[in-house]
Formats: sequence, structure tokens, C-alpha cells
Amino acid sequence: MQPNATIAPSTLSVKDLPWQILWHKDKCTLCGRCTAVCPVNAIELGVFRKRRIKVSLEPQGNPSSGFDIFHGIRQKTDPAYACVGCATCSLVCPNDAILPMRSDEADKLRFHINRGGQPRSRGGRRNVPGGILDQIKFIRISMLTDPALDAGRHEFEMRTLLGRILPPEQNLKFFNENGWIPPVREIYPLIIGGMSFGALSPNMWEGLQMGVAYLNEELGMPVRMCTGEGGCPPRLLRSPFLKYVILQIASGYFGWDEIIHAIPEMVEDPCAIEIKYGQGAKPGDGGLLMWHKVNKLIAAIRGVPPGISLPSPPTHQTQYSIEESVAKMIQSMYMAWGFRVPVYPKISASSTAMAVLNNLTRNPYAAGLAIDGEDGGTGAAYNVSMDHMGHPIATNIRDGYLNLVKVGMQNEIPIFAGGGVGKNGNLAANAATLIMLGASGVQTGKYIMQAAAGCLGSETDRCNICNIGRCPRGITSQDPRLYRRLDVEKVAERVVDLYLAFDMELKKILAPLGRSTALPIGMSDALGISDYYAAQRLSIKYVV
Amino acid sequence: MCRLFAMTSETPVSPMIALEAMDVMREGHDGSGVGLFLRDLGGPFEEIKNAPILSGIFSEKGLRRLDTFMMDIGFMTKYKITIKVPKIPPPGVPKRDTYLIRAYEYPEEWDDYSQSDRYEKLLEIRLQLRAMGEEKRDMIVFSFWPDVIMLKEIGDPLQVANYLKLDRNELHARVIMAQGRQNTNYAINLYACHPFFIQGYASMTNGECTAFTPIREFLLSRNYPGYTGYQSDSEIFTHILHYTQTRLGLDISAYKHIITPLQDAAIADHANAGLLKQLKQSCRRLIIDGPNCVIGCLPDHSLFMVQDRKKLRPGVVGGRPGRYAFSSEVCGLDYAVPDRDKSQDFQPMHLDTVIVGPQRQEVSICNQMQPLPPLH
Ligand code: SF4
Ligand code: SF4
Repeated sequence: MQPNATIAPSTLSVKDLPWQILWHKDKCTLCGRCTAVCPVNAIELGVFRKRRIKVSLEPQGNPSSGFDIFHGIRQKTDPAYACVGCATCSLVCPNDAILPMRSDEADKLRFHINRGGQPRSRGGRRNVPGGILDQIKFIRISMLTDPALDAGRHEFEMRTLLGRILPPEQNLKFFNENGWIPPVREIYPLIIGGMSFGALSPNMWEGLQMGVAYLNEELGMPVRMCTGEGGCPPRLLRSPFLKYVILQIASGYFGWDEIIHAIPEMVEDPCAIEIKYGQGAKPGDGGLLMWHKVNKLIAAIRGVPPGISLPSPPTHQTQYSIEESVAKMIQSMYMAWGFRVPVYPKISASSTAMAVLNNLTRNPYAAGLAIDGEDGGTGAAYNVSMDHMGHPIATNIRDGYLNLVKVGMQNEIPIFAGGGVGKNGNLAANAATLIMLGASGVQTGKYIMQAAAGCLGSETDRCNICNIGRCPRGITSQDPRLYRRLDVEKVAERVVDLYLAFDMELKKILAPLGRSTALPIGMSDALGISDYYAAQRLSIKYVV
Repeated sequence: MCRLFAMTSETPVSPMIALEAMDVMREGHDGSGVGLFLRDLGGPFEEIKNAPILSGIFSEKGLRRLDTFMMDIGFMTKYKITIKVPKIPPPGVPKRDTYLIRAYEYPEEWDDYSQSDRYEKLLEIRLQLRAMGEEKRDMIVFSFWPDVIMLKEIGDPLQVANYLKLDRNELHARVIMAQGRQNTNYAINLYACHPFFIQGYASMTNGECTAFTPIREFLLSRNYPGYTGYQSDSEIFTHILHYTQTRLGLDISAYKHIITPLQDAAIADHANAGLLKQLKQSCRRLIIDGPNCVIGCLPDHSLFMVQDRKKLRPGVVGGRPGRYAFSSEVCGLDYAVPDRDKSQDFQPMHLDTVIVGPQRQEVSICNQMQPLPPLH
């Protein structure tokens, strides 16, 4: 830019962007791979003009100057093309000549990504690192008064129940009298949370399903995966593997035409039905699949025309009151599968979550409650929803559990916790913490994407462009040129790796606590934290 | 670790046998306290089997309050044991005013009560007395039940026994349970001392129950007044026993299926697969997770022993027809029943429930893999 040119309000320099591209002229071979691969076209081939001064070595000689031209990489400063720091350019560069670096101060871009009056929307997660789960430690170590167990030698029963469990007296009575006992599934306490076919690429979805099937069939781990709101591929609906799948129904009812029609041809019942009322990442907002991702296949599965954005309403349109309509919806879902499949709602964590839970205690069909905290992920949402809306998961789970204890129903309605489990890589520790706070199990999505497919997203706003269908790893894209980067078999292998590692870590937590015969749900005496108020709030020990 | 000893005998025996057996095992406890449970009593109580006996420790003021209270609700003293103690207690034993063992006559209006009403009322009175005592710190109540005497005190078991002169005919009993404490917390609350008792069910344990917190929460939320206390994690074993028998109508052979259920694969192959699956699911919050050895006594006077799923605690049962003993260690058994066939001694493992029934003729072993008797 010329020094005297006009500058528009949104004219930014490279320094104003959150990521700056460092490019080494001497290493670059101008192969063009980086510019070709960049998912947001943040870099382009640049032509640079450089003045060269020649100094004469002769005593009387005059210096002269000339101009050289050279080619290289130029970073765009238009807010629409700002680098997202994914570092895919570095990944493909044969000479390590290019690297995105985070700016040393807060960017100015944030004030300008609302052109045309459109606030920023993106995929990913809340841009706030840290969290309370990682501050909680396990302090009740068995030592001499009761011996610690051996994670490698003792038998461990790491199963949880999903389904409405009757109180023991009633349970025995119904058993003796051949009464109806609600269906209950014994499953692994780490569930792959709802990520839809559509939000995820076909390769990613298939890889997850294959991994889950392997864990079940070969390793005897009853791992379950939720479909999210996007239906389920027709072949899976008609396959025996459906029993490892939790089908989700949400306010857009996408894919349910296909599912309902497949019921007569199903050879196995699904594991459960999850009715999504809310999502932790964007509470009070409906699901959204942007038009870029609605190709022919997705459109067919969801029963919509291709190439249009698919927003789900923030709430189920037929719902007026929780008492009547939630109960009705749960019952209709039970009815569809002859009362053989557990049906439970999923809500976003919220200060109003207890009202929902209390209502479920009076609904004899509710098979559980999944609560999704503010640190949950999403395929697409407004930035403001992700960063500022929502409720932490820890207090919601704890309050919910203690509420159930008060009415003596802590074993009857299992609570599942989601949203930020394993956010900082500590999946087993976070899961164990939530279980000891009172959750029957946890749901996780982002950790799976990171560990099983190499998602680059972070809580400090790296990548997070899952909404536009240009996922550089091929995880959240419907473009075959991108998702073919993801090897289905390798994803499945990673799913198995991460579950086995989780299983070992969980044992390494439970064994020293002297627990192996049952999952330590509500074992809050094992938890401690050095934050006095947090300890009070969660009714756990304050330790310094 | 604590040491446990229990005995069931055709002829009433002195509780000293149990305390001496405890002394033989003294390496395993630190002499910080003792608890005693006597049932199927001999001596004078033989004649008044139905009269409820109140056992506890009272200060003088507490005793006066007790008398007024019992009078008000129409209970008359029928028989009492007076325990006169030397002026100076042995080291470590606190000075108490009265160790009370007193049998009562039911009030007349109780004549119309059904058996179960009576049991509920007796429990209610014991809890009331306990609450009164806790308020003014002048009474500690261990049991209020027909044909049952309980005694708990801080100190070395044998010293306490000599101090209280327990070797008296009046205290002879056919069923005796005793526990020598290993102190794991400094301030000893007598309510934290084993054995524990509720409505005819008693148990004592060694080891610590790592799943105590959620189990306590579950029992407390059953809305049953007797499920209270929990100064010791081991009290839950007694309450789970009571819960499974009285509320669920299950037999003792099902107790282990509640506290240490089989793994899913074993359940699938079990003759009672359907029932066991339901029990495991609906009683999931009662799974104990060990490491514990539990010795208990049922209302019909049977004694039983079970181990946790990992079998991390010692425990052995042996004897001869007419007299059987349950002990943490073999040396306790040797002391109490030397004339037994030692080759028949049995150490229950992770699947076993050992029962010696009221006839005291044999040790029956019930393995969790066996079919359960039909539900009643
Ligand atoms: S880091 Fe990613 S977004 Fe930035 S230039 Fe490289 S490829 Fe493009
Ligand atoms: S790598 Fe893909 S899935 Fe991960 S944040 Fe980027 S766009 Fe989203």
C-alpha cells in the first residue's frame, strides 16, 4: 500500500491478524503446495520487488541501483481470508519453509469479522482454555487400612447402565409377576457423543463406526456411539451393528423419515434413542448444517434437497410444556420400538436443568438424562453462542446427582455428562471426576476427533472452521478431495487405541482408590480441590 | 486391621471365650476397643426370651432420664444385670457411671401389636433414646431387642472384660460375636464400634469399605428411620443385610449377590440369570467393593461369613457339631474349639457364603455360582 493511500476501517496489516505466516525465502522452492492446500486461501503467490544497491569497488566509481523481482508467499489481510493457524501449509511444505505464528497481542481482526452485518460463526469449541475438571484430584488413596488394587491383575467391572432402573422392591415384584421392566443397556461409560453424518465426513463416520464395531466384537467393550442429528445411513440401519448406535432425534427431525421406514427391516434394535433438546456449545440454539456441506448423499439421508442450509429450530416445534410434550415424545419413541429401547433426553447444561431432571423423576419412562456443558463442541454456531452462552458441567452434574439422592432415585435415572471431557487431553481423569461427582458415564466428541482423526482445533481459536466444509483433515468436510485424506481404517485403529488407553488409565485411577467391582458413581469422598469455594459448591474436600 | 471372632454353641458359654480368643489374635488389633454381641442367651434370660433387653452405657443423669422415659411409655423393668466396676478403670478405659443391661416388660397396649409393629416400635424407641443421649451426652444405646445383649467399650478387650467381670453366668449365651478394634481414627465413638445391630440382624466387619459414601447415600435415601448412624463405614453391611432380607425378601444366599455381584458373563450362565441381572442393576449402589470380611448373625440365630470379591481379608470357619467358631485367624479357632477336626476348617473365598444354621450341626457353604433357593 502507498503511504498516502486511503485506508478503509477494515484495512488490516498482517500484524493485526491473529496468525502471522513466517516464510523463509531461502528455503522455499516455490512448489506451491501451501497455497494449494490452505483451506481459507489465506496465502497466495506474491511477486515482490526489491531494490538492489551496487557499490563500485573502483575509487572513483559511483554507486548505482537496480530493481530485482522475486516470487514468494504473501499473506492476505482481507478479514475474509485471515489465516486460521491450522498449519496445513507447514504440514505439506517439503522444506519447512512456512509456519503460522500466533500474534504476540490480541488481534484486531475480531472487530472486523462481521462484514455485511453478519456476526462471526464458526465450528469448534469455546475459546476458553482450562477448566475446573483438571483442578480436581483423586485424594482417597488406599494404602494400609485397605490395600490398593492392581490395575493389571485384578478384575475390573467398568460398565454402566443406560435405562430406567426400577427401585429394588418394585424391580423384584415386577420380575416375579412378569411385569414390564424398562429396557436397560449395560454399556461402556465413555460414549462417543452425537456428531452427525453430515457434520462429519463419510470417512470419519465410517472410521468411527468401524472402531466401535471392533471394540465390541473383538475386544468385548460395549462402546456406543450417538448419531447426532442427521439420520443414519440406510445400510447401517438394517445391519446388526445398529445395536451399537444411539439414534438421535432433534428439532429438525432430519433423517427420521428414513429411520422410521427402516424399522420393519431392522435386524437389531438400536442401543437407545437420544432426544436432543439442547447442546452445550450453543444452548438455546438449534443445530446447523451449512449449505456447503449438504451434498447429494447427505441430502438423501436427511430427506432434503441438496445445497441448502439446514438449520434446526432452537426447540422442538411441537413442544409446549415439559410435562406433557416431553413425556409424549419419550413415549412415542418407546412405542416405535415396542418398549424395548431406552429413550432419554439430552439437554444443555443450564441453571434450569434441575427442573428438567425433577420432571423426569416423575416420568416412569425417562431412561436417563444427558447434560452437555458449555465446553462442548459443535459443527457450526455463532461465535457469541459458543464463547458466552452455557453453563459449566461440573455443578450441573453434582446438583443433579444430589437432587436424585434427595429423592432416593440416584440409581434410577442415570445422568450422562458431556462437554469438555478431555478438553485438555485428560480424558480418563475428567471422566472419572465426573463419575465420582455423580455421572453414570460421559459423552465426548472433540477428544475423539482430536485423537482419532487429528483435528487441529483448539480452545485458543486455532482452525475451528468445521462449519464451512473445508476441514483440512477431512473430518468435517463433504468434499471428497478433502475427506479422502482421512484413511478410514486408520481412524478405526485410533478409536481402538484411544479406548484401550482410556480403559487402562481409568483402571489406574480406580485401583488406588480401592474400586474395581463397580463404577464409583458418586464416590465424592475421593475428590479434592485446592479452591475452597469450588470444594464447598461441589461438596468435595478442600485440600491444599 | 481389626480382628473378629464369633461362636455358636449348643450350650451357653461365657463371653470370655471370645475375648480370650481375641487376645490370642492380639497382633492383629491394637487393643483400642471391643464390641460384644450376645444372643440366644442362657442364664436368667433363658426364661424371658421375649422381653426386650436394653443395652447401653448411661451417666447417672442419663439413667434417671431413661427411667422417666421408659415409665412414660409403659415399659417396666423385668430383670437387670448390675455391673459393679472397680473404682479405677484400667488404663485407656473411660470411667462410666452405669453399664446397663435391662430386660423390660412390654406395655399392655402392645399386646395387640403384630410382630412387625412391635419390631418397628422397638427400633423407634432405640433411636429415640439414642437421639436423647446424643443431645445431652448422657446415654449410649447399643440395642433394644429380645434375647440380645450388646456391650462396647474403649480399651484392651481382655482388660475390659475383666474389669466388667464378664465371666458371669448371667451373660452366658449360645451365640457370641466379638470384635477387637484397630483404631483408624483418634477420637473413638462407641457408635463406630462393631458389631452393629438392627432389628435382629447383626454384623461386624474388618477392612474398610471403599464404596462407603455412595452406599450410605443410597441407604439414607431409602427413607427408613433405622438406616442412620454410619459413624463407621461397616454399619452399612448390617443395614444392607436388613434391607435385602426385610425389604426385598431375599435369603442369606442372595446377600453376596447384592454386595459383590458376579460379573456379567458368569451371570449369563447362572441358573438364576434373570433374577441376578435385575438384582445387580437395581441394587447397583449397594456393591461394596471390599476389602472386607463380614461375619453376621440372622434373627434365626444362624451365623454367616462372606468375603469381598477380591478376598483380601482373612477369615476361617471351623468346629464340631454343636459348636462352631468364625475367626479372623486360625489361632483364635484353635483356642476356642481345640477339639475339632482341623482338616475341615474352611476359609471362604470370593464366591462363598458360609452359614452355620440354628441347629449348629454343620457348616454349609453356598457358592455364588449355585442356583438360589426359590424367592419367598
Ligand atoms: S496456517 Fe492454515 S490457514 Fe494459515 S496459511 Fe497455512 S494453511 Fe492457510
Ligand atoms: S481440523 Fe477440521 S474438525 Fe478440526 S477444527 Fe479444523 S475444521 Fe474443525
